Amino acid sequence: MNYLGFYHYGIYFLTTAGIFGVMALALNIQWGLSGVFNLGIAGFFAVGAYASALMTGAPDPEHWGGFALPLIVGIVAAMLTSGLVAFVIGAATIRLRSDYLAIATLGIAEIIRLVIKNEGEITGGVRGLTGIPSPFNSDNQLVMLAIVLIAVVVLYWLADRARISPWGRVLRGIRENEDAAMAAGKYVTRFRLEAFVVGAAFMGLAGALYASFIGFISPEAFKPVYGTFLIWVMLIAGGSGNNVGALVGTFLVWLVWSFSSLLTDLLPGGLATQAGAVRILLIGLLLQVILLARPEGLFPEKSPPLIGRSRKTRGDIQQKHS
Amino acid sequence: MSDNNQPVLDIRAVSGGYGDINILEDVDLKVHAGEVVVIVGPNGAGKSTLMKAAFGLVQVNAGEVLLSGEKITNISPDRLVHKGMSYVPQERNVFPTMSVQENLELGAYIRKDDARAQMDRIFDLFPKLKERRKQAAGLMSGGERQMVAMGRALMIEPTLLMLDEPTAGLAPAYVHQVFDWIRAINDQGVSILMVEQNAKQALRIANRGYVLATGRNRHEDTGERLLADPEIADMFLGGR
Amino acid sequence: MEFLQLTYNGLVLGSILALGAIGVTMIFGVLRFAHFAHGDLMTVGAYVALTFVHWLAWPIWLAALPAIAVTSILAVVLDQLFYRRLRRVAPVILLISSFATALMLRALVQIIWGPDNQVYATGISIPYRIAGLVITPDSLKVLGATALMVVVVHLFLAHTKMGKSMRAMSDNVDLARISGVPVKRVIFWTWVFAGALTAVAGILLGVDTRLIPTMGWNILLPIFAAAILGGVGRPYGAVLGGLIIGLAMNYSVLFMPSAYKLAVAFIIMIAVLILRPQGLLKGISL
Ligand SMILES: Nc1ncnc2c1ncn2[C@@H]1O[C@H](COP(=O)(O)OP(=O)(O)OP(=O)(O)O)[C@@H](O)[C@H]1O
Ligand SMILES: [Mg+2]
Repeated sequence: MNYLGFYHYGIYFLTTAGIFGVMALALNIQWGLSGVFNLGIAGFFAVGAYASALMTGAPDPEHWGGFALPLIVGIVAAMLTSGLVAFVIGAATIRLRSDYLAIATLGIAEIIRLVIKNEGEITGGVRGLTGIPSPFNSDNQLVMLAIVLIAVVVLYWLADRARISPWGRVLRGIRENEDAAMAAGKYVTRFRLEAFVVGAAFMGLAGALYASFIGFISPEAFKPVYGTFLIWVMLIAGGSGNNVGALVGTFLVWLVWSFSSLLTDLLPGGLATQAGAVRILLIGLLLQVILLARPEGLFPEKSPPLIGRSRKTRGDIQQKHS
Repeated sequence: MSDNNQPVLDIRAVSGGYGDINILEDVDLKVHAGEVVVIVGPNGAGKSTLMKAAFGLVQVNAGEVLLSGEKITNISPDRLVHKGMSYVPQERNVFPTMSVQENLELGAYIRKDDARAQMDRIFDLFPKLKERRKQAAGLMSGGERQMVAMGRALMIEPTLLMLDEPTAGLAPAYVHQVFDWIRAINDQGVSILMVEQNAKQALRIANRGYVLATGRNRHEDTGERLLADPEIADMFLGGR
Repeated sequence: MEFLQLTYNGLVLGSILALGAIGVTMIFGVLRFAHFAHGDLMTVGAYVALTFVHWLAWPIWLAALPAIAVTSILAVVLDQLFYRRLRRVAPVILLISSFATALMLRALVQIIWGPDNQVYATGISIPYRIAGLVITPDSLKVLGATALMVVVVHLFLAHTKMGKSMRAMSDNVDLARISGVPVKRVIFWTWVFAGALTAVAGILLGVDTRLIPTMGWNILLPIFAAAILGGVGRPYGAVLGGLIIGLAMNYSVLFMPSAYKLAVAFIIMIAVLILRPQGLLKGISL
């Protein structure tokens, strides 16, 4: 790679890392701060990407939308739509126990993908949406990077304020004792729902940035592997509950992920076509090792820790369980 | 086993609880062979915790627990069952989707024989269970469930049976019956340690009783004398 | 007539879901976590059988035996390697771990057997036509094998000590432990049992349709729906739940595009979680 290539790659790398960073921070609001288990990140990401693409894209007779509005409108639309979808889903499911919520959110993401695939008149179907403009229709990659970094900084600031605010303290309290909190009813439900909706809105924002950056979206891009799994690896590696951890984790995991392609390029002929699968295998193994060796991540949450606590109820007998 | 005066269960200066926080502080308790011993005390006193500590379900941080002279401190429950100790928890003490008979069979899990004879003996004690052998335990009334729970615990022919609030939530008519069963079980030579909210009735059938409050022993005496003590009646036995 | 055909197809799909759901529900009951890698374990079972069918030209029922063995062993290994240690820490972390396992298994299948569609047997088998009903020989195999497996599962759960111990643990782990049930051993056999059923479910899915690396993952949601509908930890409920979800998914084409079959399973699942979280069999002994 020559200098110029290196430079462009660097910008590409940082921009994607920034978009992932937004999602990791958003997930940290849901899971790290509030213990709301979301396995449907890809779904909210997709909703945001499509909402923004339809607002900002050029008119196309093949599908609805294409209003050619500025990116900021796309971003607002993305956040509102994702937040709204999260609100509707959350209102029904947020009271569920973590394992059920995980199944429910995973299901939502799959259904969102089904809708995108099958409602071609709006979404362009399996062919996707093309020609999504970059910010200000500028060719300069630095503009996109700057916007993404601004989003990361603003979200980081907000998330950090939220963490120490009374709102965040209540959420942490709820998280620390899920079973008791579940029994406490309405008030708890509202707080958890708020965290879920806010997190989802920011996942939508990431989607808007992604659509504008790549310029093309299709249902394939929103499979759980990339949209959901990688974000979880990033947050857990960095340290759930810790916003710095979320960002560092994002950066490192994205580095590992990106450079693992150098490794898979070395694979013998037959395997080279399976490079994607090999990378997933490796990153999956990485997550398992982190979970086993350092579940609190590189930057553990200051206090109180999330993982490693024994559950309050059933804990007495659970401890003897091996 | 050599010493006849050796207690079946000997809890010595036990402190312990959930995680690092001690709920129990320096608690002593003995159950001698053939005795019925009752633990009474206000809600949250640590009565259930004490039983769990004896049964290896709660961490003992100081002190020791002896079963017929053998040290069993912090030994896991599945091993204690082999030593003749049985425990009926306060709540969730049956297998709800399994039949009465299956509940009893599970109680006999560790037995090598088919435990037929013991099951018949339990059916003699609780004829109703025989009638309802095939019924799921979860669908039975509170009193019937208590029979299943006790029956399950008796399947190993324990030397020591621990009951945590066996009459909780039962209709008054049933409460009476439960105490009759406990006496009948005790007559067969099983030593019994139980926690009871119906303190007065329980102390009437008990050889001895302990009053526990905020995780500590407050009083220990024969059942009759505890009943007679006005101060205790006032403070701990409530209006019942 | 269309209704009859949909009913038949629903029962075939439901059979596969039922077998998958029995495993999910037992793991859920005994170990208290939703095992996200279950669908992909099915995929592994299906592909191992494929290897024996293609390589040694074994008939599918014979190839099922090594597939069952490999899948069961794999399930135990995954538990020992990953889940066992995490159980002590925090139950929700198990969900993430099993999600990772799911992706790893799928990647492994793709690496070993390739990403393309495959089938057990090529060539066209002529379907029977009975009263307007189209019945393929493959679908009969699925129904027959499922019926056989359900009988075997019933005998095991109702009449063996290990089977009863599994049901007991899924009813009430704490009480099982204090009754002297050796928890670790039961967990081990639960994985073997779930792994075996999963392999059969995967093979039947392959017989009914075709093999692709995502086959198991794609069916995971309906399987969860079946397990939840039947009541978590309740094997007989899982069979009932599987059949109902299979039928509902097929009937749904009467009034909505067939692409949304999955959504039907999902909506039933959410409705059950909200309205009747203990499942259909709540208050019924089975
Ligand atoms: N699993 C647990 N984890 C942490 N603390 C617990 C747990 N179970 C009980 N506690 C605490 O231990 C203390 C003693 O509880 P315990 O259940 O032993 O009381 P008890 O005397 O049996 O009361 P009750 O009459 O209500 O049954 C209480 O303060 C309770 O909050
Ligand atoms: Mg108690």
